[in-house]
Amino acid sequence: MLTTILKRLLGAIPNLIGVVVVTFLLTRALPGDPAAFFAGGAGTAEAVEEIRKKLGLDKSLPEQFIVYVRDLARGDWGMSHATGQPVLTELTTRLPASLELTLAALLLAVIIAIPLGILAATRPGSWVDHLCRGIATAGVSLPTFFTGLLLAYIFYFLLGWAPAPLGRLDPYLSAPPLVTGFYLIDSLIARDFPVFVGALKQLILPTITLALFVLAPLARMTRASMLGVLSADFIRTARASGLAPRTVLFSYAFRNALLPVMTTLGMVFSFLLGSNVLVEKVFAWPGIGSFAIEALVASDYAPVQGFVLSMALLYVLLNLSIDIAYGFVDPRMKIEN
Amino acid sequence: MHSVWQKRLQTLRYVVGENPLSLAAFLLFAAFVLLALVGPAIAPFDALASNVGAPLSPPSLAHWFGTDSLGRDILSRVIIATRLDLGIAVAAVGISCILGGLAGAFAGYFGGWTDRIVGRLSDTIMAFPLFVLAMGIVAALGNTVANIVIATAIINLPFYIRVARAESGVLRNAGFVEAARLAGNGEVRLLFHHIIPNILPPMTVQISLNMGWAILNAAGLSFIGLGVRPPDAEWGIMVAEGAQYIVSGEWWIALFPGAVLMLAVFCFNLLGDSLRDLVDPRRRT
Repeated sequence: MLTTILKRLLGAIPNLIGVVVVTFLLTRALPGDPAAFFAGGAGTAEAVEEIRKKLGLDKSLPEQFIVYVRDLARGDWGMSHATGQPVLTELTTRLPASLELTLAALLLAVIIAIPLGILAATRPGSWVDHLCRGIATAGVSLPTFFTGLLLAYIFYFLLGWAPAPLGRLDPYLSAPPLVTGFYLIDSLIARDFPVFVGALKQLILPTITLALFVLAPLARMTRASMLGVLSADFIRTARASGLAPRTVLFSYAFRNALLPVMTTLGMVFSFLLGSNVLVEKVFAWPGIGSFAIEALVASDYAPVQGFVLSMALLYVLLNLSIDIAYGFVDPRMKIEN
Repeated sequence: MHSVWQKRLQTLRYVVGENPLSLAAFLLFAAFVLLALVGPAIAPFDALASNVGAPLSPPSLAHWFGTDSLGRDILSRVIIATRLDLGIAVAAVGISCILGGLAGAFAGYFGGWTDRIVGRLSDTIMAFPLFVLAMGIVAALGNTVANIVIATAIINLPFYIRVARAESGVLRNAGFVEAARLAGNGEVRLLFHHIIPNILPPMTVQISLNMGWAILNAAGLSFIGLGVRPPDAEWGIMVAEGAQYIVSGEWWIALFPGAVLMLAVFCFNLLGDSLRDLVDPRRRT
């Protein structure tokens, strides 16, 4: 098992290198001359030259790349001009907010999509099946920023059930003491139930918005792969041997159907992290997505690049853990070793 | 020849009968194309003119979709935006399909180091959450509509590479290709005259499956303030303009452009599904 994990870790290295190379190229593709940009409109030729030296832009591209990687490894991701803070600090303080939202949405989507897909596959042609297909097609057509606004209008403005779509916590409540950075968990640790309820209320609408979008590919894949497995010979044999329908469905069919579903999880995460940015903007969620958008609007490039890099690293990490988990679920992986 | 077309018609009738939504999607698609072509001629008002109605007035007979904070007619703006939104998506998907298709076909046909380079390129793009990569590209190249097209094209590349690579990898050993090779055709000629024409059908399916997603991505980018600049009309930016009014109850500013965007994406996704069912019934889900 350990060798499998090690193999997967090694397999992720080319992707990691690719990500760093691309983000480096993106930093060098800045419109115009970065040195002139940082010197400002009034910068003299000497000032520009000096900044160019300071930024290392007078060196060759490979040398610049080495410097770039060294700085990244040291934790020097540049400064945010807008906030005056190092980019890495800004990102790490905001990451938990984004992660809490993303994970909550993923959890909700999985809880709904997998039973829905199984039900649809066991009753092809029924209303559940049609519902599943409808959701699968409609779900991926939803512009998340639009559904978010629609939900905010209905549940905040019209019905008044949800709090104002402004951030993670009501301004009257104070954030729980920092442990994990997840308000839901931290408030429970501090046994501060009003804060827990407050944080939960703020989290519900953005979570539903995100979950609606990622539900679709998950439900679709679960249905398709369950349909495939249920028509396989070994299921017929299991049924003919008189095993309980429940046993056949869950221990025989579902475990096998889970594998293709897990491989789509990678794509689902790509969707999730991307639309997370849009949902954060709609709900004024103080995560790294809204940080990046603010920086974009202010033409503050270092935070944007830091954001792209951190999202890509996160995504590589997520894919790696999916790969490793795959090894645990798929019994064939054990035989291979 | 006659029976082939009859058979195709039968399949078409079967697919439409099985899923009446396909027909609706096709009609809707025709309507969107028409809007994109003749939009400016049928828009009731000038889409950029302020104060054609009282600012922030709700939908009425004069302004079916209401007016925005500058008193611009939202219906006209939604109609005008069709051309820009579809144009960005078509251009992006077109570039992506041609470049990705060529790269994939070369990789699948020649294998070896061509395949390794193309595969690595595709893997590297896929190593990013795609919308985030698009954000990074637009931020780096500059905030223009052309760069939105480029960014959307780049994040779509892997899908076309994958399809073209798989298809040409299978076709290179097919009997008719072998026959053409023995007849003395060069490798490049084989690729362009025998392989690439035959990977067009699955590529077409991929295009229609991708279009909706491309529209969604481009609109998402302009929603966060990239690419399209005000006062230009584009669905994503119109939703962004309406976002601040949602909490005070002026729902129509964001709702109509958002709903039309959703409808367009939905229509393309349905079309993509039915086209796939027609071309490749095995992949039906």
